[in-house]
Amino acid sequence: MQERTAVAETAERESPYAVEMRDISKAWPGVVANDGVNLSVLKGEIHALVGENGAGKSTLMNILYGLIRPDSGEILINGQRAHISGPRDAIRLGIGMVHQHFMLIPPLTVAENIVLGHEPGHTASVYEAKKARQAILELSRQYGLPIDPDIRVEKLSVGLQQRVEILKVLYRAADILIMDEPTGVLTPQETFELFGVLRGLVAQGKTIIFITHKLREVLELSDNITVLRRGKNAGTLVTKETNQAEIARMMVGREVLLRVNKTAAHPGPVVLHVEDLHAQSDRGLQILNGVSFDVHAGEILGIAGVEGNGQTELVEVLTGMRHATSGKFTLTQISDGKEGETRDITIMNAREERRVGLAHIPEDRRGSGLVLTDSIEDNLILGRQRWPQFSRGGFVLLLRNIAAWANKLIKEFDVRTPSSEAPARSLSGGNQQKIIIAREFSSNPMALIAAQPTRGVDIGAIEFIHRRLIEQRDAGKAVLLVSAELDEIRSLSDRIAVMYEGKIVDIVGDDASEEQLGILMTGGHL
Amino acid sequence: MFLQVLLRVLPSSDLWNATLQFAALLLLPALGGVISERSGVVNIAMEGMMLTGAYAGVIIALATNSLLIGVLGAMVCGGLMALVHAIVSINFQADQIVSGIAINIAALGLTNYLLFVQTGGQGIPSLKDYLRLPVLSFGPLSNIPFLGPVLLHQNVVFYLAILILLGIHFLLFRTNIGLRIRAVGEHPHAADTAGVNVRLVRYSCVVSSGLLSGLAGAYLSMGVAGIFNSNMTAGIGFIALAAMIFGKWSPWGTAGACLVFGLGEALSTRLQDSGISPNLLSTLPYLLTIIALVGLVGRTAPPAADGVPYEPGTE
Repeated sequence: MQERTAVAETAERESPYAVEMRDISKAWPGVVANDGVNLSVLKGEIHALVGENGAGKSTLMNILYGLIRPDSGEILINGQRAHISGPRDAIRLGIGMVHQHFMLIPPLTVAENIVLGHEPGHTASVYEAKKARQAILELSRQYGLPIDPDIRVEKLSVGLQQRVEILKVLYRAADILIMDEPTGVLTPQETFELFGVLRGLVAQGKTIIFITHKLREVLELSDNITVLRRGKNAGTLVTKETNQAEIARMMVGREVLLRVNKTAAHPGPVVLHVEDLHAQSDRGLQILNGVSFDVHAGEILGIAGVEGNGQTELVEVLTGMRHATSGKFTLTQISDGKEGETRDITIMNAREERRVGLAHIPEDRRGSGLVLTDSIEDNLILGRQRWPQFSRGGFVLLLRNIAAWANKLIKEFDVRTPSSEAPARSLSGGNQQKIIIAREFSSNPMALIAAQPTRGVDIGAIEFIHRRLIEQRDAGKAVLLVSAELDEIRSLSDRIAVMYEGKIVDIVGDDASEEQLGILMTGGHL
Repeated sequence: MFLQVLLRVLPSSDLWNATLQFAALLLLPALGGVISERSGVVNIAMEGMMLTGAYAGVIIALATNSLLIGVLGAMVCGGLMALVHAIVSINFQADQIVSGIAINIAALGLTNYLLFVQTGGQGIPSLKDYLRLPVLSFGPLSNIPFLGPVLLHQNVVFYLAILILLGIHFLLFRTNIGLRIRAVGEHPHAADTAGVNVRLVRYSCVVSSGLLSGLAGAYLSMGVAGIFNSNMTAGIGFIALAAMIFGKWSPWGTAGACLVFGLGEALSTRLQDSGISPNLLSTLPYLLTIIALVGLVGRTAPPAADGVPYEPGTE
């Protein structure tokens, strides 16, 4: 504990700020993460720290928590200068952090995870399970966070795991809680509960800083907002006095269209015809129970629904990654508005489908969309490496052609990268998605299936991707959009098909209200 | 023929005495491996650390004319070899398997070289009785049929090994330090953010494994053999490694594995005239380990972060 002097005590009493970070800078070779950043958080407030990926929010909070040391700048906690050289110092100052990716040890119990590092008694003593359990139950009661201390963490739901993380922080008597993207992994219900918990904590005198990119939540939960852009301060806002558009503009540096402008659709003939698809899930359960719909040329059909009703499996069947047990689907070539050949593609695999003109933006870009360790160039020709312009005889790669192609696409799709040879994993989430889109769009497909295309992607890139999808539609392609974000579905789709328990329950127009869609999504009827 | 010999040999107390003797020799480095790997550092250098300890023990005992200092010296030298592994693996985050292999090779070369230099190629004289680790005797108790000659006629290190086994089990599962060790081995980043000193924990565990292997080396040269010969560990360190894996990184499991392997070794020398090649029998430990790794005795899972260097400040 620092020695308390009269001056220090006065400073603490008089300062209204729980946390002040002044002129913080941190750079790594090639990257400036924070450049003279300032942050002021009042005692007892909920403060949102907002910015795109790579803006420096996580770095700033890691500095506050002592996981990273800044190159320059100072930190004041409760009005007093603080020297934070590691998490232990931060904890001693009353700072606690709940990480985006949980810092929990799966085979250990809740109690063991919570008390680790601050176990009851001496470091060198026997582990006192009973004392630990009691302390946790007491905390649990005080803050209204029920939990079973003896259960192993690996058996808990994600929402409960987060609760353990919060209790960990409270156990260490944190007064200042840092929460890094807390709602990314939660269901809407769990998010609602979390917000209640956070408000309760503030009522008990805690101060909360939370990092997020979800603007709706910022408006719902915070008192004040600090916006970072490319490592620097972009502005501070009072939540009551601002709106999503203004925050987005500060984050990106220009006007951001949150709702994309689209003209009316001019749908042509049917391109993708899906008839009575049945399929089984990995566990052998019937997951598609007779799905039927058509996607026309020049339209976007959105598939809405709560995750888990078969959307993922539907996309897998349509893209050749899962067998349909019955039913079929066909692809029709359209040129100049006239119908061409119709081909049954039910049993085609992914490579064959791409050859006949069905492109796919996968839900899991890191797993199925990219080879992260390969270069951007290689990822851009993935699946088409045997095409004549990229290889001679399907055997020897034409490296110069590939590089030229890659650089053209990088420019066209505004991918932020120092070089086309950089590994794909060095890109931010939004730019990785752009690479996938560049690859798929550039092959001039007839139909495009986009699954969760903007998941984990920044505002700026979201706008870009949405615009591109509309462009494809306007160029006469058939676009099937599957998304868990209702806003996105409503903003982009010309028609909306709602999926429930493996079936399409209804197809409505783009003027359907959120309430109507909500009813359909939970199995009701209009 | 084989069955006949087997049935004749199995109930003999001589066999089981040898089993326990060998099991203790395996148990010490194996427990060292458990401690090191539970904290997340893969350590395959038991062979090298043991060999170093075996050599150091004899040399220091002869030089100081003291049994105790010889044994302690053996442990310290084992610990120093382990320290090298720790620095390379933890500070420099190098590949831990490569580092372990390097230590094994270095130990062989070093001990052979020193042996030659010190004695001009003539070998070290064998230890006098008072410099050897003694077999304990328990007076009249040793006359208990079967149990007497098997359990109560063992080297002092055997009893030490039992105590260490109990101690390590207690440490890992019932103390705060053990909790931190296990946390660091499963998820060092989480432990770091909780305020645990990951580096200190890992260093301590790796060096401890060196101390234990060094002690085992001393047992071999100063207890069992009474002399140091070139490469006298002859692969025992690797069998200890196999025992750790077969025992699923748990102290008691490892002890059980050591018993099984000890039996295999003891049998292989006593079944000479049974028609089965002793070489075949000495493959038994490795065969059992493969069976364990393939999953025929349940899931074999090391600590989740085993072998993965930890870089603070990264996700």
